Amino acid sequence: MHEKTLAELSQALQSKTLSSVELTQHYLTRIEQFDGELNSYITVSPELALRQAAAADEVIAKGEASALTGIPLAHKDLFCTQGLRTSCGSKMLDNFISPYESTVTQRFIDAGAVTLGKTNLDEFAMGSSTESSFYGPTRNPWDTERVPGGSSGGSAAAIAARLCAAATGTDTGGSIRQPAGFTALTGLKPTYGRVSRWGMIAYASSLDQGGPMARTAEDCALMLQVMAGFDEKDSTSVDQPVDNYSASLNDSLKGLRIGLPKEYFASGLDAATADAIDAAVKQFQALGAEVKEISLPNAELAIPAYYVIAPAEASSNLSRFDGVRFGYRCDNPADLTDLYKRSRGEGFGAEVKRRIMVGAYALSAGYYDAYYLQAQKIRRLIKNDFMAAYEQVDVILCPTSPTPAFKIGEKIDDPVSLYLTDIYTITANLAGVPGIALPAGFANGLPLGMQLLGPYFSEARLLNIAHQYQQVTDWHQRAPAGY
Amino acid sequence: MSLDRTDVEKIAHLARIAISDDEIPATTAKLSGILDLIDKMQAVDTDGVAPLAHPLETTQRLRPDAVTESNHRDDYQTIAPATESGLYLVPKVIE
Repeated sequence: MHEKTLAELSQALQSKTLSSVELTQHYLTRIEQFDGELNSYITVSPELALRQAAAADEVIAKGEASALTGIPLAHKDLFCTQGLRTSCGSKMLDNFISPYESTVTQRFIDAGAVTLGKTNLDEFAMGSSTESSFYGPTRNPWDTERVPGGSSGGSAAAIAARLCAAATGTDTGGSIRQPAGFTALTGLKPTYGRVSRWGMIAYASSLDQGGPMARTAEDCALMLQVMAGFDEKDSTSVDQPVDNYSASLNDSLKGLRIGLPKEYFASGLDAATADAIDAAVKQFQALGAEVKEISLPNAELAIPAYYVIAPAEASSNLSRFDGVRFGYRCDNPADLTDLYKRSRGEGFGAEVKRRIMVGAYALSAGYYDAYYLQAQKIRRLIKNDFMAAYEQVDVILCPTSPTPAFKIGEKIDDPVSLYLTDIYTITANLAGVPGIALPAGFANGLPLGMQLLGPYFSEARLLNIAHQYQQVTDWHQRAPAGY
Repeated sequence: MSLDRTDVEKIAHLARIAISDDEIPATTAKLSGILDLIDKMQAVDTDGVAPLAHPLETTQRLRPDAVTESNHRDDYQTIAPATESGLYLVPKVIE
């Protein structure tokens, strides 16, 4: 039954050929069988899951089910889940049982979905490989010597290995799209403000956005339908009607204008990925789209600007972890400053400490204008690039990362080389525009990813384009051997 | 931009992060590498460009000044490292 997509499972549950308890038990057995090696989950919640599944079966029996009722999901372990540990992949929160529920997970509970557990991530979502987790690296089911990408690498590996039907992720600089690309999944980063950030442990508040990860665009549409919408508890949530994401999946692509940003196909792009995107361009043309070259002239400034803005916001957000109210506290503090310094020094991992320090430096007296203000001005230039591009084209097509999944350990000791792997994804976060990643092919058994970026609130169109591509290709149907 | 040992100690203090002597050389090298990456911004002429804080440029919503939250102190304090009589305990601050 794990071969089925979320949409197919939903039909099977509602036609009662399958019960949610059976399905949930099946996934729990698979997690037991495979996750010792993959390490995609930090916490598995079998009792909660089976209780929710039994309740879902009752709702289905009464004929009151919605698309997600009884569907076993996993949540990235930075969505606060009441009564269930929310670690954020950090020793700092190893003992943190959230006293409240995030808006996103509450919406899934209200929709009748089942929570199988919480997935692994780079500590505080700061990373591109899921190697910086306090709970150890997650392995990529396509090649267990390689990373699944990050920071939502646990969610990606769990879906790819069929250890859940779909999962939540978050994307601050590519953390949904890059792991989707590394594991042959479909993942959507919505427009900034489309999905509530309430109860999502903050990394960089002006960039963070939650979104769905699944095997198909059709499944992502069902997930996003639950996640999207205004939330008065999130001060940056946007009060705008939510589209019906499934209704437009079958719209024609005739006349669609696709732009290829020339800066993204310059040096540094893996040849197999470039070939896969060339082939995708031909598929889109066959579906009626027109393809032309465009320019995002400031794209190369995205990484420098991001590594000011994100650490600056992180240094402020993570000041709440002080050893006083929750989380890790050091033993025998000599005084209050010692309590702060050692709780943070011992509770945070190396990459988190680096980013906090970069942020503290960028915001410190005398440096603000040269760093934070300059980065925000460059952010405006990058947004302007996108707005100019969308005058000429409807969507932008480009790779998700310069190479397929790299080996565990290959980049972890060189932060800058790891940062550069997000070169194609970060611009969308800075501009706040939505993007969908989807599989575009394989090379040497490893998935190759591409992404489509659209104007603000074009999620329905992006899902439609991805779905149409998935009607004429079968990359998304391939499963890693052995799972 | 290259940092030295004193810079790193100062930044670690600003960030309230304890850093051991053993960690300082590697931290200094890695932070310097990151700042070199960031410094590519400095060559860009941004005169007259308005900084962008929120992609959609929305402003904070206002609401009526009414009490909407209930008291969750007991729930919150069950996960605190040390509390007493409803208060969070820290080392003595004032002698």
